[in-house]
Order: sequence, then structure tokens, then C-alpha cells
Amino acid sequence: MIETLLMPFQYEYMLKAIFVSGLIGGVCAFLSCFVTLKGWSLMGDALSHSIVPGVAVAYQLGWPFAAGAFITGLLAALGMGFVKTKTRLREDAVIGVVFTSFFALGLLLISLFPARVDLRSIVFGNILGISDPDILQILIISGITLLVLGMKWNDLKLFCFDPNQARALGINTTVLHFTLLTLLSATAVAALQTVGACLVVAMLVTPGATAYLLTDRFGIMIGIAVSMGVSSSLAGAYASYFFDGSTGGCIVTLQSILFVVALVFGPKHGLLAARAKRKAAFLA
Amino acid sequence: MIKAPEPLELRVSNVTVGYPNGNVALRDASFHLSAGCICALVGINGSGKSTLFKSIMGFIRPTQGEVLISNQPVRTALKMNLVAYVPQSEEVDWTFPVSVWDVVLMGRYGYMNFLRISRAEDRRVAEESLARVGMLELRDRQIGELSGGQRKRVFLARALAQRSRVILLDEPFTGVDVKTEGTIIELLRELREAGHIILVSTHNLGSVPEFCDQVVLVNRTVLAFGPTVEIFTEANLARAFGGTLRHFRFDESTVQKHDGRSVTVLTDEERPLVFGKGGHLEYGQRAGRESVVEQRTEPEDES
Repeated sequence: MIETLLMPFQYEYMLKAIFVSGLIGGVCAFLSCFVTLKGWSLMGDALSHSIVPGVAVAYQLGWPFAAGAFITGLLAALGMGFVKTKTRLREDAVIGVVFTSFFALGLLLISLFPARVDLRSIVFGNILGISDPDILQILIISGITLLVLGMKWNDLKLFCFDPNQARALGINTTVLHFTLLTLLSATAVAALQTVGACLVVAMLVTPGATAYLLTDRFGIMIGIAVSMGVSSSLAGAYASYFFDGSTGGCIVTLQSILFVVALVFGPKHGLLAARAKRKAAFLA
Repeated sequence: MIKAPEPLELRVSNVTVGYPNGNVALRDASFHLSAGCICALVGINGSGKSTLFKSIMGFIRPTQGEVLISNQPVRTALKMNLVAYVPQSEEVDWTFPVSVWDVVLMGRYGYMNFLRISRAEDRRVAEESLARVGMLELRDRQIGELSGGQRKRVFLARALAQRSRVILLDEPFTGVDVKTEGTIIELLRELREAGHIILVSTHNLGSVPEFCDQVVLVNRTVLAFGPTVEIFTEANLARAFGGTLRHFRFDESTVQKHDGRSVTVLTDEERPLVFGKGGHLEYGQRAGRESVVEQRTEPEDES
């Protein structure tokens, strides 16, 4: 029995996959706190799809995939900003149009030049087959993201909560805006490898959303989100060995289960707690 | 603490703000204030009042003209912690996971280092500011768990913690109980005595003469500015508000004992509720209510 459970650890590729998933899960979860509080969930979804053509082109040209992804991610963000200011369209329509355009272009490029890059691994992720240079890129992205978030999380918190106060203190909010956007694109690229373009947004939203249900303190929210992101990614990658199934599917399903648990049993904002509170108020 | 090198002064010179769609929100607005005053910024919605407010805060860059605080451009003044801002309640996300204490500490960010780690001095000032608005006991509450008045006081404490010489308040009395309104006004008076410049954006006309010594009337430009007694005239207000003010003319109302001279109540948006000397309801139009007036004449005459 124990031998079976330890089986995945005998393979180097499994160890790498579990480690990289855990790292990305943690970084995404840290960022997810800002994404959910800033109301950028849709934006995260859009960015994670918009980087696909960049990844395709980068692989084709032999560039680091992060570079290509980053350029198209930023192009998409700027494109959305441009269309929004120039038209009367609502933001959700703008995001919907722009990100599907980019995603479609990416699918088209991949199907036109299928030799180098596998469509499946971009859309659904392929952490088990990740190459060492890709791991290095992910390590660099994660390191920079953690460093920036670790140093500037108070400023970013203020930017999400009250951008006007940030301006009144003489803080440059445009820089903060683009910092957050850049980190979001970069992290989306990293997560693309693990769970694929379709599920990146789950990694960038679910841990933050779950933690938000469980606490009223920002610092604790980050703690909960990161522990949840790391543990669910480690466990998901590990479990995918036995299911022989999609790693991304395993990780995100685990996160969704945790979300539902928090939604129902959360001590303060959970459904059961709210019900008890209503009952108590009624009896009082 | 960084001291302003120049004597405190707020100077708005010929500020024009145009938006990309071609609308000009504000044209050629000028006024100036010097240390130790409470000034009301009065105008209807869409008068450019909030545009002027945002230009002073540096949120908007004027197309023409400039805003100087102690002879410094706004951006420099902000970096020197010269300006604090109390937002409208509607602008704040009350579900955000921050406590009262977190919010007040945000006022100290300008004094903290790159990592925004609070020092003992920051915590002392934050505590003192919370105590000053009577909110120290609630420091660990999440901000959404506070009443309207308490919410306002937290943000006022944040402005106090910032130790800024210029404080801007956006509609400070909306959704606030009478007690808090009193506390806020009392505090603003203390700050005025200490030589601060307080600028209050409001459409609550009634409260202006109560506590503001200066008024800036805005309608697409600065129509008039100066001491409240000189500026707050019926003619000026009519210019600022156009036809949007509600009138309550006592000589047309059911209020009794007029001698030909008229007393007028002006109010923005909502009609005033007026009670007579005997504690009875007064109506804006006496036409159709002659019997009410007559009924009341007798007991009043007795007294």
C-alpha cells in the first residue's frame, strides 16, 4: 500500500511536476488575492487566453515562450483599454471580443504550424512533460513575482482598496496598475504550463475567492490563499499520477472543492453561519 | 515630518479642464485660500465641482492653468504629505478585508519606508487620531461592520493620521447621524484653529453657514468666492444653482405672522420640512389650506 503511494516519487518527472505545480500554485494564489479584490477576474481570464498566440509564435521562432506570451498579453491589455475608451461598449463586451480574438488567432497559428508545438499542451497544460529550460523560465517568473508582491503588497493593497488615497499620498498609481497587469500576464504564462490556458483563470481567482470567504483580514487572506494554492497544486499533481488524468483538472477540481467547503462551512460568511445568524436574530 | 517651506496657501489659477470627448467641465476657475479656514465648495451635480476637487487632488491634470499648494505644484505637494482626502462613502468598498486600524495606518504610508513597515511613531499617531474621533475601541472591526457615522470617522482619522495641512472632504455629511455631524464639525473647527485649510465639497446648503467661513460657488467656473456672509446671498445662489433650487417662501406658506418682509428657505434637491412656532407642520403653499391657517390663529393669539 505505502509502496504504491510512494510510487510517484520514484520518477524524476513526477517530482519535477509536483514541485513546479506547487510553486506556481502558490504564486498564482498570492496574486489571486489582488485579482479578486480589484475585480480583475475577467481580466485574468482574458489575459490567460490572449497569451496563446504569443506562446505559439515564440515556440515557432525558438524564443523563450514567456517573451512571446508576455508581448501578446500586454497587447491584449492595451487593446482592451483602447477599445474601451474609444467606444461606448461595456467592459465585459470589450474583454469578450478582444480575448476570444487573440485566442482564436493562437489556435489558428498552432494548427497551421503544428510541428513544434502541441495544441493540447497549450490549451490543457502538460506539466508532466515539462522541459528543463521551461522550468527555469517558471522559476525566474515566480521569483520575480514573489519578490515584487512581497515588497509592494501594502501599496498594491491600497491601490485595490482606495486608489484615490494612493494618489493623494503621491504614489504613482499608473505604475502600480501596470505592475499588477505585468505580474498577471507573467504568472498566467507560468500557469499555462501546469493547467493550460483554459484553467489558468481558476488558479488566479479561486484561492483568493476562497480565502475572502474565510477572513476579514488582508494578511490572513494572503496566508490562506497561498497555503491553499500550494497544497492543492501539490496534491493535484501527485493525484494525477494515479488517475492518469489531466493534472490541471485534478488541481482545479481540488480548489473548487475547497471553495465549496468554504462557501458552506465558512465560520463567518459561510452559508451555514449566515443561517445560524438569521436564526439567532429571529429568536432574539 | 516635512514642513512646508512657504506659508500655507492654496491657489487655483485659471484652471480649465476638458475631457477627451470635447466636453469642458470647468473653464477658467480661480480662487485662493490661506491658512486657517474652512471653505465650502458649493455647486450642483455636473457643475464641475468634483472636477475642481479632483484637480486640486492632482487626480486630473488641468488642460490649462495650475493649482499651487504653498507655491508647490500639486504633485510635489502630495509627495510632501501636504494634502489629505476623505472620500465619499459611496466610493469605498466596504467589504474589503481591512480593519479600522489598517485604514488609519494607510494615512501613514507617506511617512513609511519603501516596504511600508510601520514604526512606533506611525502607530502612535494612528492611535492618537483614532482616539480623537472616538473610534479607538473599534480598531479591530472590519470596516463594513461600522455604522454610517463611524465609517466617516474612520476616514477622518486616516486624514488626521496623515498630518496634512490641507484636508479635502467630499460630501462629509451624507449618510451621517446628527451626533457624528457635530463631532466632525467640532473637529474641523479645531483643525482650522491649528491653521489648516479645510475644503469641503457639499450640496448641503443648510450646513454651510453653520461651520464654513469661506465659500467657493461653482457652476462650470468659479462664480464667486470669499467669506460666507458676503458670498452666500440669494442672488449668488440663484446663479450657482439656476432653476434647480427649491424655494420655501414664508409669505406664501402657512407660516404665520408676516409683516410683508419675506423669509426664504432655499434647499437643493429635497424640499425642507418646516415646523411652526407651535410645533405644527407648515406647508409651502397656503393656497387651499386657508382653513388650516385660520384654525391655528386662535391658540397662537392666546399665548
